[in-house]
Formats: sequence, structure tokens, C-alpha cells
Amino acid sequence: MTTLTSAPPRDRGVGPLRSSGIFIGRSLRHSLRDGEGMLMAIALPVLLMLVFTFVFGGAIQAEGYVDFVVPGVILTCAGFGASSVAVSVNRDVTLGAMRRFRTLPIRSATVLAGHVVASVLRNLVATGVVIGVAIAIGFRPTATPGDWLVALALVALWILAITALFAFIGLVSSSPEAANGYGFGLLFLPYLSSAFVPIATMPEWMRPIATHQPINPLVESLRALLVGQGAAPVGVSLAWCLGIVVTAAALIVWGFRRTARR
Amino acid sequence: MAGTIEIAGLTKSYREPVLDGLDLTIDGGVFALLGPNGAGKTTLVSILTTLLRPDAGAARILGVDVVREPHRVRRLIAATGQEATLDELLTGRENLVMFGRLLGLGRDAGRRADDLLAQFDLEPAGRRTVGSYSGGMRRRLDLAASLIARPAVLFLDEPTTGLDPVSRRRVWDDVRSLASEGTTVFLTTQTLDEAEELADRIAVLRDGCIVADGTAAELTAAVGGQRLVLFDRDGAEVRSIDTDGTAASLDAALTTLTDAERGLHAGLRSPTLDDAFVALTQSPLTHREAAA
Repeated sequence: MTTLTSAPPRDRGVGPLRSSGIFIGRSLRHSLRDGEGMLMAIALPVLLMLVFTFVFGGAIQAEGYVDFVVPGVILTCAGFGASSVAVSVNRDVTLGAMRRFRTLPIRSATVLAGHVVASVLRNLVATGVVIGVAIAIGFRPTATPGDWLVALALVALWILAITALFAFIGLVSSSPEAANGYGFGLLFLPYLSSAFVPIATMPEWMRPIATHQPINPLVESLRALLVGQGAAPVGVSLAWCLGIVVTAAALIVWGFRRTARR
Repeated sequence: MAGTIEIAGLTKSYREPVLDGLDLTIDGGVFALLGPNGAGKTTLVSILTTLLRPDAGAARILGVDVVREPHRVRRLIAATGQEATLDELLTGRENLVMFGRLLGLGRDAGRRADDLLAQFDLEPAGRRTVGSYSGGMRRRLDLAASLIARPAVLFLDEPTTGLDPVSRRRVWDDVRSLASEGTTVFLTTQTLDEAEELADRIAVLRDGCIVADGTAAELTAAVGGQRLVLFDRDGAEVRSIDTDGTAASLDAALTTLTDAERGLHAGLRSPTLDDAFVALTQSPLTHREAAA
């Protein structure tokens, strides 16, 4: 016990940038340690893609279905991976870690930055794996490096947007199980778009819904950029993503204040 | 003289009042806040550790106001909650290093973490993830995490709830050595033995007010009187009856005995801290004046 002296408290605490960095490290370690979570984040989208190309692919569209479906699978994969953020944020809120962080001389909201940044990185890795597997099973992108850059930027932005939304869900849910459940709803968006089947094949009343929802312009942009099918509504996609990021950020600020009062 | 912790007129209500104009000054050493479940202990600690704003009143830690300057208060304190809030997926050492770095220790965090692991006898365990720790080890790591940047005041909210007797004693030893190094410890507990073992001063919280405040001996003396106690053949206490110590009240107590009880051995004893706690927390609320 020689190390404990009653020295006067010195300058304790760190700024928001430093604490964000520390929390990003924490969340990345979580991702690496949580083997099952990592497996789900990568294996699930890969499985999904295999199911769509090999099982449904034959029935849906004989030729070129791989090229048609991969852009949608990439975005669906982002949703799967990001959904785990709701659970990890909620665990911090409901199991007491957030309370502890709030007694430290730091900006405690930066713990959320840690979760979000780590999720974006984790999902970009998963996206890379999905693209690799896609190429292995016959996906033949025709994109120029510039197209790739725009496509990946859009994917990263979409991951950020959906991660932020899931972080908000985690912040305000009453338990990790509830967070998981609420988050599930968001994962249905890709199925209600042109990701897996052309919108023209859907019932007429459903078409406007499928067309005017955030993931549809993204799917179409990716498809246009990567395999040159159709037009790329990049502007609309950007607007949706940025809109979601801004909305989610505002909701997170509100939700964080609300948890502080709990 | 300014205290280490000064609380004046602190009030907090949810639907019902939880803290009701609480006044308290703590100078240092180990202070135990004793009270039954729901007495408002956690609410008080939450306000003092800047997690909750009071409705009225003020609290200062080393002269810094917890409502007006929470950020400065956070530089002075450390707090462990009732639930061990460590990171299960990180190792014991990584947990300590993280807290050290968040508190601005930078590169020293690693060295400091190793010192604390040694001090808390967690050296081999420090390399394992916390998910594999027993309840006692978690508490002790939690305590170590609170000490990483040498807080001036340490808040421990029911530090041994749910621990086995051996683990409890180890946590007690840790708290004692901290206090001997000059850290002011504010702990809440619902068990008397813990307060008696650790605290230089005990306050009893009830219905949002401090109803008694002093050393264990003072609290016991404040209850006063003598108890008429009946023992069975093996010397076990069968019944005890409060008296105020006068012959008349003793006489009255004797008349309440059943015929069977009249055959038992009888004796008088002074109240224990246990009796004091029961008297202070369960009798009708007429003992604000009981504060020593």
C-alpha cells in the first residue's frame, strides 16, 4: 500500500477527443473478443447472399442475378452488422457502465462515439468479406476506381446512418433484449426495395413505398456504379443518409439527456 | 470548519419525498450511511457523485458545489455503484488501464494498473477477462478501478452486498487500508456489522432524514434503557423486552411474561447496535432528537 498517498488531486480527466479514442479502442476490443458477434456480422450476410443467389436465384432470374443482388446484399449486411450496436449501447446504459462513466471527469457521451466508430469499421471489414465472396461466386463488377470510391463512400455513409439509428434504439430501450427486438424492424427495409427483386414485380400499392424509402436509392446507386445497371441516384442516396445521420444525432442527444435523468 | 463533504437542506422527491431537507457534514475518515432498503441512500450518493440533481439544497465536496460545478467535483471523487460496472469482455488489467487513461494518467496508467493488481491480490487474474471473475473479485477490481487516479473522496454504494463472508472481509480490509492512507470514504450499507467494522462515524438515514449520527457506541447509548432478556437452557435468547431502565418499567415488562417464560433464566443487558438500528428505523418517527 505504499503507492497510495493522499496527494492532492491533480489534473484528472481527458478531453473529448482523447476519451473518444479510448472508447473506440474499448469497442474494437469488444468486437474482436466477441467471437460470436463477429461471426454473425460476417457469416450471416454471406449466408444470405448464398441463399439468394443459389436457392432463390434460379426462381427469380436465371441470368445475371448475382450482379443484380450483390449491391442489395452489401447494404443488408451493413444493417445486420450495425444492429449489434443497439445491444452494446443498451448494455452500457442498463448495466451501470454509463453511470460509472458519468462520474468521471470526461464527456461521457463519447462512449457512444466509441460504439459508432467501431461499428462502422467492423462493418466495412464485413462488407469487404461479402464483396470478396461475391466475386468468388461470380459477381463481376464493371466499376472504375472512381465508381468504387463513390460506392464505398455511400456504403460507409449508410453504415454510419444505420449505426447511429441503432445506437439511439439502444439508448432508449429498456433492456438489451428489447433493443435487439426494436432493431429488428429496421432490418426489413432491404426486402421492401429493389434489393432482391425488381420493384416492377411487386403489387402496385407497394411500389411507391418500396421506391421512396432510404435503402432503395442506395441499392440502385450501388447497382449502377458497380455493374452499370440503371441510373445512379447518388444525390437522393446522399440526402437520405445525411438526413438519417442528422436526425439520429438529434435523437441521440435527446436520448442521452433522458438516460441521464433516469 | 469546512468539512470534506457538506450537505445542507438537500431535498429530492420523485412521487414521494426521498430526501427531505437533509443536513450532514463529514470531515474525513470512513463514514457509513446506514439505512433500510428504500431509505434514500442511493439517491443521496447519486446526488453527491453528480449523477442526479437535487430539487433543493446544496452539497459541496472539498468546497466544490456538486450542482454548479459537477465537472470539477468529478475530478475529486470516485464512485462504485451497487452493481459492479466493469467491462466483462476486457481483462482486469485492461479495465484498470482504461479508467486510468480516461482519468488522464496517459502512459502511467499501465504501471498504476499493475500496482493496484498487486495490491488487491489480483495479479494472475488481471490477465483474464472479467467475465470469468467471481463476485468478490469483481468488487475488488471495481474498488481498484476507483482508486486508479487517487480520488480525494471515494463513494462506495453497498460495497459488499451479495458477497460471501470471506470476500466481505477482504473488501473491508481494502477499505480500511485506503482510509489509513488518507482517502475519505463515504459508504452506504444496510448491514450493521459493516458499519461497525469500518466506520469512524455512522449516520442512520430514515424517511429522507438523518435520524441518528455518531459513533457506534454513541448510537447505542442514544437508544438508552435496558432490555429484559429471557434465555433458554442453552443460553440462547428467547425473548427480549424493551424497558427504559426504571424499576417500574421492568415490573411492567415482567407482568407480560407467560407462565412458561417465567421458568426461564432472565437477565438485563444494554442495547446493541442491532437494537439501536431497529429502534431508529422501525419505531414511530419521533427521534430526530435522538441524533447524538
